[in-house]
Amino acid sequence: MSGESGPVSRRVKFAADGARSATLAALDRQPGGHVLRNRLFLGLLVIAVGIALVGLAAILIDAVAKGQGRLGFDLLTKSTSANAERAGFREAIVGTAFLMGLVILMAVPIGVSAAVYLEEFGSRERWWNRLIELNIQNLAAVPAVIYGILGLAFIARGPIGIGQVLFTGALTLTLLVLPTVIIASREAIRAVPPSIREGSLALGATQWQTIWRQVLPAAMPGILTGVILAVSRALGEAAPLLLLGAFTFVTFLPNVFEGGFTALPVLIYNYARRAQEGMPEVAAAGIIIMLAVLLLMNSFAIWLRNRFEQKW
Amino acid sequence: MATQDLSAAEAAGLPARRLEAQSRRYGEKAIKAFLAACAVLSVITTTAILFSLLTPSIGFFQEVPLTEFFGSTQWFPSQAFFGVLPLVVGTLNVVLWSMVFAIPIGLGAAIYLSEYAPRRVRKVIKPVLEVLAGIPTVAIGFFGFYFLVPLLRDIWPGDFLGGPPGAYMAGAAALCVGLMIVPIISSISEDAMSSVPGGLREGAYALGASKMRVALRVVFPAALSGIVASIVLGISRAIGETMIVLMVAGNLANISLNPVEIVQAMTAYIGITATGDIATGTVEYDTIFAVGVLLFTMTLVMNLISIRFVRKFREVYE
Repeated sequence: MSGESGPVSRRVKFAADGARSATLAALDRQPGGHVLRNRLFLGLLVIAVGIALVGLAAILIDAVAKGQGRLGFDLLTKSTSANAERAGFREAIVGTAFLMGLVILMAVPIGVSAAVYLEEFGSRERWWNRLIELNIQNLAAVPAVIYGILGLAFIARGPIGIGQVLFTGALTLTLLVLPTVIIASREAIRAVPPSIREGSLALGATQWQTIWRQVLPAAMPGILTGVILAVSRALGEAAPLLLLGAFTFVTFLPNVFEGGFTALPVLIYNYARRAQEGMPEVAAAGIIIMLAVLLLMNSFAIWLRNRFEQKW
Repeated sequence: MATQDLSAAEAAGLPARRLEAQSRRYGEKAIKAFLAACAVLSVITTTAILFSLLTPSIGFFQEVPLTEFFGSTQWFPSQAFFGVLPLVVGTLNVVLWSMVFAIPIGLGAAIYLSEYAPRRVRKVIKPVLEVLAGIPTVAIGFFGFYFLVPLLRDIWPGDFLGGPPGAYMAGAAALCVGLMIVPIISSISEDAMSSVPGGLREGAYALGASKMRVALRVVFPAALSGIVASIVLGISRAIGETMIVLMVAGNLANISLNPVEIVQAMTAYIGITATGDIATGTVEYDTIFAVGVLLFTMTLVMNLISIRFVRKFREVYE
């Protein structure tokens, strides 16, 4: 059982243990087999956790083992190249940085606004609010490659039609992470107790003043944590960008609205697919860079959560 | 109440008056409208997805009859064979074996974390599993192709299941996808198990049940809807996973559920075709969208089932 059992449940537990041993004694049955089976079960559970942890460790160790020989600052300055000696990630890193910046600029205001609407205004009695909610839950689980099709047929071509440029990638990734941002922000907003709102409203603040000056500041750590986790998902996402032309070799720094672009995970895939000697090592080094950035972001999110988490 | 007041006021011959702020606060209304528009954007996104999938697909199905798409067993778009079955079976192969791996591991981890783990251990393992969930699938695919497949080939016992695997292998992709799914299953299931009220456990203990019995016969059934939701969501993620199957399972349409063989999943087909050099606007290119419609439909059904089950356990215990 969980560690936080209060005195009452602890008393029940003692009573249960007592009753059990009394019953066993009365029936004169040895609890040996029982104990053994329980131990075996616990052993299996620990093995299950162990396999998951070993898998995680193996992914990390394998990447470091293969890529560490190639790791160096020159990867940041060397251009995209089919030659393993000269290959680097300059354009991909700049592309990913642009993408992430744009995703944050678009996804955060839109996502938080949608969350505020759903939590503070949208009554669940109305069918359209329930529809929006269901829709967001589904969108959160739509495969990334489908967002790529959306980007290709709706943003690059079709109604918006701005071509396969970096901004198309940013818009697609924004739509991809929006559901995650909305769901995380809603949870953070919901955790702010109603008494805060009631106090503010009772002092004569309007609903928006209450949200802007009380609810959002209080929910900010939770929202930021969710945003960082969502953005870190976008950072590693390659599948939708494959459909948006990011797979082609780009040897110039990207422009937001014209010309081709690439991104770190896509270039890693591109390098990994090349069989030439030395290429897998370059890809592995790219994975190390990507994982290091992700680890930094995740640690920052966890730090934020622990530093600013409020107990109401 | 309000209607009573109103009628009383009307009866007295006075104009009806309601309690309302003097200013109509158009600013507040504008803000609310903006917020609502942001929420509605999600509905527009879904509509846009449907538009993107269906518009080219309609053209595709005018050229290729539905009976051929679903009935034929040959998938060679370059030679005008458009039977989608091999891709569906390819996806099923990976999903099936990934679930064989991920369900026991994920549920085992969930039971351990919810029922057995001391608080300090849980505080370490939970974030570590979250990190696993956050690893980009390109990195897992790289691991699968350059580490797991060679390793499996080296240790393969003779001609078990039809011989050692080649460079691509559905089973290795399934293991990688499974590794990616484990944190999804374990975290949602653990949520469901922890929300089972302690009273149920204590009642069972009072009747002399052992800890294993309580975990398997009390907590597990009580949390079943959450567990089912986690598994269904895991299946949905496995169906939609692209980079791992693209890099590890191969790209050869093949009707087989054998984990040793090379297969092509639906997502892998979309990925490889989009990065290839097929001219846009051709029937061959439009296969991307037709396969996409099928993929979207399959995951949509899974997601709706999962959402329904999650609601159920939330309703029961929260």
